Amino acid sequence: MVSETEINDIANLADISIPKEELGTFTAQFNSILEYFDLLDAVEAAPSEGAGRYNIFREDIVEPSLDQDAVLSNPGASEDEFIKGPRVM
Amino acid sequence: MAGTFSFDAPDRWNAFLHRQETVGYGDGALGGLPVAVKDNISTAGLPTTCGSRILEGYVPPYDAHVVTLLKAAGAAIVGKTNMDEFGMGTTTENSAYGPTTNPADPGRVPGGSSGGSAAAVAGGLVPAALGSDTGGSIRCPAAFCGIVGLKPTYGRVSRYGLIAYSNSLEQIGPLAATVSDVSRLMAVIAGYDARDSTSADRPYAHTPSAEIRGTRIGVPAEFFGEGVDEAVGERVRDALAVLEHLGAEIVPCTMPSMAFALAAYYVTCTSEASSNLARFDGVRYGPAVDTKKQWHAAFRELRGDRFGNEVQRRIMLGTFALSAGYYGKYYAKAQVARKAVRDDFARLLRDVDVIAGPTMPTTAWRLGEKSDPLSMYLSDILTVPANLAGVPAISVPCGTVNGLPAGLQIIGRHFEDERVVDVGFAYEQEVRR
Repeated sequence: MVSETEINDIANLADISIPKEELGTFTAQFNSILEYFDLLDAVEAAPSEGAGRYNIFREDIVEPSLDQDAVLSNPGASEDEFIKGPRVM
Repeated sequence: MAGTFSFDAPDRWNAFLHRQETVGYGDGALGGLPVAVKDNISTAGLPTTCGSRILEGYVPPYDAHVVTLLKAAGAAIVGKTNMDEFGMGTTTENSAYGPTTNPADPGRVPGGSSGGSAAAVAGGLVPAALGSDTGGSIRCPAAFCGIVGLKPTYGRVSRYGLIAYSNSLEQIGPLAATVSDVSRLMAVIAGYDARDSTSADRPYAHTPSAEIRGTRIGVPAEFFGEGVDEAVGERVRDALAVLEHLGAEIVPCTMPSMAFALAAYYVTCTSEASSNLARFDGVRYGPAVDTKKQWHAAFRELRGDRFGNEVQRRIMLGTFALSAGYYGKYYAKAQVARKAVRDDFARLLRDVDVIAGPTMPTTAWRLGEKSDPLSMYLSDILTVPANLAGVPAISVPCGTVNGLPAGLQIIGRHFEDERVVDVGFAYEQEVRR
């Protein structure tokens, strides 16, 4: 079971704001889904790391891409041919 | 001959989010064929929102690979169809732009998440459409609306330009009124694309054949288990009897991994969603954030305001399942369970050629009838195993229950999409006689 405080912490990690009045319902639904996920407790072994995996990376070759005007056609704000984001500090 | 036409048929089902009034088309295998495209598949110059307010106003500067192929084959892309936001849902009620309704009964859901594509076909607006299927999102609305939907083998159709929700599970595929039309569309969209690292070089050039004598059809008991409506099960058993009459052999079997397949599916898809949807911050696409605030505050506010409840829930479930203290309990276990599903299919499909059962456990329910997320998730139990294993699966209409369509699901071996199409075609041809 996770508490409303923990739900708030997860929401912060996921960069989502949940209104206070919806927190109770959200927590209850979240817990009922987690309870269902407990079915996985019956699954025993963990998978062996890396078994059967191999590298499929291709050579790094420069190819034509979208032009700058096309890339800047969607962002809400741009400046000096760059996408402008919110301030970090 | 190439040309243009007007596309102005009344859309009584809210199947479309965006329509082109004048549509151009070219020459080729699909010359002039009107095709609707689900709104999570990028179309250059046409708005693409994934049914979400967070992508409101977004116009992709490029076409998805499948759209390029459709255009090259002469198809007319008439518009973008409604969907559960980012493909998260089983009813198309989770769209930010209002629900789509079911042409078979407008008081009911069309299924999801490709409900707009299915309603556009079932309502006669278009002969064919593209959808995407992460846990049944093509087959479910096909079954609920009484049309045909194919989820191809994972990797057989390029996902380049599909706005990602859960990469390891989802696949673009066709919906149409008949198996032949689904097969026709599949022939155009399948094939290798270097821009999708999971793409397989397995083109599809197939004409459906109704000759299925000797085909062994496995029928897992679990597909008729708890939660499956008795009348729906009955319709599907009638359909299996038709296939048997055509010379197929019905082989009862069991699939023990079904016990935890759904939990494995939801842990996997929410985990992938939490990563994929991190990019939607209002900076690079969609509505702009208030830049006076700091990055995370602006970001959090926009995502809280613009993502719907189901999307928020899945992102948070995934964030939780991948967090340090719970990774082993949820994500790692889900991957073991996923392998068990894959192994089950491999074991069964050594003995039989295809596996069959109902597509959905019930017929379409009323709009607003299921408001509890878990009960909605449980209705995906019969479709998610094929996504976990990456095998092809088709849903074909197999009669009605109280006037509502039911679907027969046929699942095949990897890259044997042709065989599931043939079994569906054989059934369809026999019952249409």
